[in-house]
Amino acid sequence: MLTFLGKRILQLIPTLFFVSVIIFSLQQILPGDPATIMAGEERDPAVIAQIRHQYRLDRPIPIQYVYWVKGVLTGDLGESMRIKQPVRSLILEKLPVTLQLGLMAIVIAVTVGVSAGIVSAVKKGTVWDYAANVFALWGLSTPNFWLGIMLIFLFSVELGWLPASGYVPLTEDWRQSLASTIMPAFVLGNAIAAVLMRHTRSAMLQALGSDYVRTARAKGLFERAVVLKHAMRNALTPVITLGALELGTLLSGAVLTEQIFTIPGFGKLIVDAVFNRDYAVVQGVVLVTATMYITLNLLADIAYVLVNPRLRS
Amino acid sequence: MVDAILSAPLPRAADAAIESPARRALRRLARRRGAMLGLAVIVIFVLLAVAAPWVTPYDPIAQSWMTVRKAPSAVHWFGTDEVGRDVLTRVVFGARASLMAGVISIAIALTIGVPLGLVAGYLGGFLDALIGRLTDAMLACPFLILAIALAAFLGPSLGNAMIAIGITATPIFVRLTRGQVMAVKVEDYVEAARAVGNPRWRIALVHILPNILPALLVQATLSIAAAIIAEAALSFLGLGQQPPAPSWGSMLNAAQRFLVNAPWMAIWPGLAIFVTVLSFNLLGDGLRDALDPRER
Repeated sequence: MLTFLGKRILQLIPTLFFVSVIIFSLQQILPGDPATIMAGEERDPAVIAQIRHQYRLDRPIPIQYVYWVKGVLTGDLGESMRIKQPVRSLILEKLPVTLQLGLMAIVIAVTVGVSAGIVSAVKKGTVWDYAANVFALWGLSTPNFWLGIMLIFLFSVELGWLPASGYVPLTEDWRQSLASTIMPAFVLGNAIAAVLMRHTRSAMLQALGSDYVRTARAKGLFERAVVLKHAMRNALTPVITLGALELGTLLSGAVLTEQIFTIPGFGKLIVDAVFNRDYAVVQGVVLVTATMYITLNLLADIAYVLVNPRLRS
Repeated sequence: MVDAILSAPLPRAADAAIESPARRALRRLARRRGAMLGLAVIVIFVLLAVAAPWVTPYDPIAQSWMTVRKAPSAVHWFGTDEVGRDVLTRVVFGARASLMAGVISIAIALTIGVPLGLVAGYLGGFLDALIGRLTDAMLACPFLILAIALAAFLGPSLGNAMIAIGITATPIFVRLTRGQVMAVKVEDYVEAARAVGNPRWRIALVHILPNILPALLVQATLSIAAAIIAEAALSFLGLGQQPPAPSWGSMLNAAQRFLVNAPWMAIWPGLAIFVTVLSFNLLGDGLRDALDPRER
């Protein structure tokens, strides 16, 4: 196990190096000169030169990269050129909003997706199976920004039940907070639920056809016990680890969802930063999301090996 | 007696045994109603996109202040938008942008991804490790976030959105091709090709590539669906097709501001994206089943 862990972590080093190169390159490829943008409308050459020197933009690109990596390793992600705030504090301010949204989305996705997958596998070939498959196709094919707009139209404009936009922190008023995040969380969870449903169905069908389930049935166990205690326990292991990898979908989805529902989270931060050419913020947000994704990938791999005794050797 | 046996027609089972894999896959695909429905809808959308100027009598760009935000009627089936343009006309013309973006961006991803995957999977060693880590790094950056950053760098336009989506989708094809090549290169027929002295490039292109095409075809079909959503998302954010040219994503962006008074502006373009993406997903699922050797 330790050897596996060591190898897996060693593999991460070159991946993280390339991630840092890609993210640093974003600054180079984004249009416009940051120093000119920061200098304001007057664009005084002296001011531009001073900004270039201050942010080391006048140094060769490899040197800029080394300084940037040094900063990242010490927790310094630079400063937002537009808001004049450290990127780290901006991210720490916005991250809880997206995490709340993401967590609610995962709860919705797991509840709906896993249940639908189990029912679909157990009732294979019935109307339930058909309905669950239609649901999965719906989830995979619906653009989340359209679903968001339609939900706003139905629940905010027509019925007036939920706020169309805005965000209330959980610590301020939990009811208002839930009301402001339930629609975006559903929009985010919808596509992931569809993926989880498909994984669950496939894993459950495999488990239900295995020898140990046949043995459990032969022993005379109730079908409910066979499904829930024997088949589901084994089937859910790969589903949970595969589900963890859906974080990328969640973060990509958050970009549009937060834009539609005007939620001041991570997604909105990066869109605003891209449009304002706020390089440091773009780099910081992509770096944090990529690191989160890689870490979750590693944890999912470890969890998979831990719960599967056959892989431990 | 021997002559009679030799001249007798081959039994039907033997006919089936000599059926080509492509024909067998097509026959199996034709039996899948979902896939056939998806294919039919895609064909209809392609025909509509090609024949758009003859399908509707209205101009997709010309504004008419006399018909601002008119509800659906016999004259304007899908209603009109905030500057009096016919929504049905813009949905039909918008199909061009979406279908083109879906197909061209995945063609870009295939053009870059398949050769890289072939090299990594067939040659192995340092190149494989290098391409593998670069692919991992790109996959670690969320798809849309990377596409947004690239589209912003290239400048907002449909062509640049396609390039951004194509580059972002490339690692999926690198990884898939590499995995498929690793599985196929140990097969006996590849060994045989190597034994008779074929050069490596010939083995890769003539003996390996055709055998991994089914997997690539399935992934490409499903990726077109994802690319259509990505293009709509970029246009929705203002990084894809630029107004006044019609695109489903930019139509949804405009519709958001008139949700109270003109909800039809949001319903139809969104429905068009949904139906197109659903059709590609149905076709992709059908292709995957039809090309799966276990289904034989």
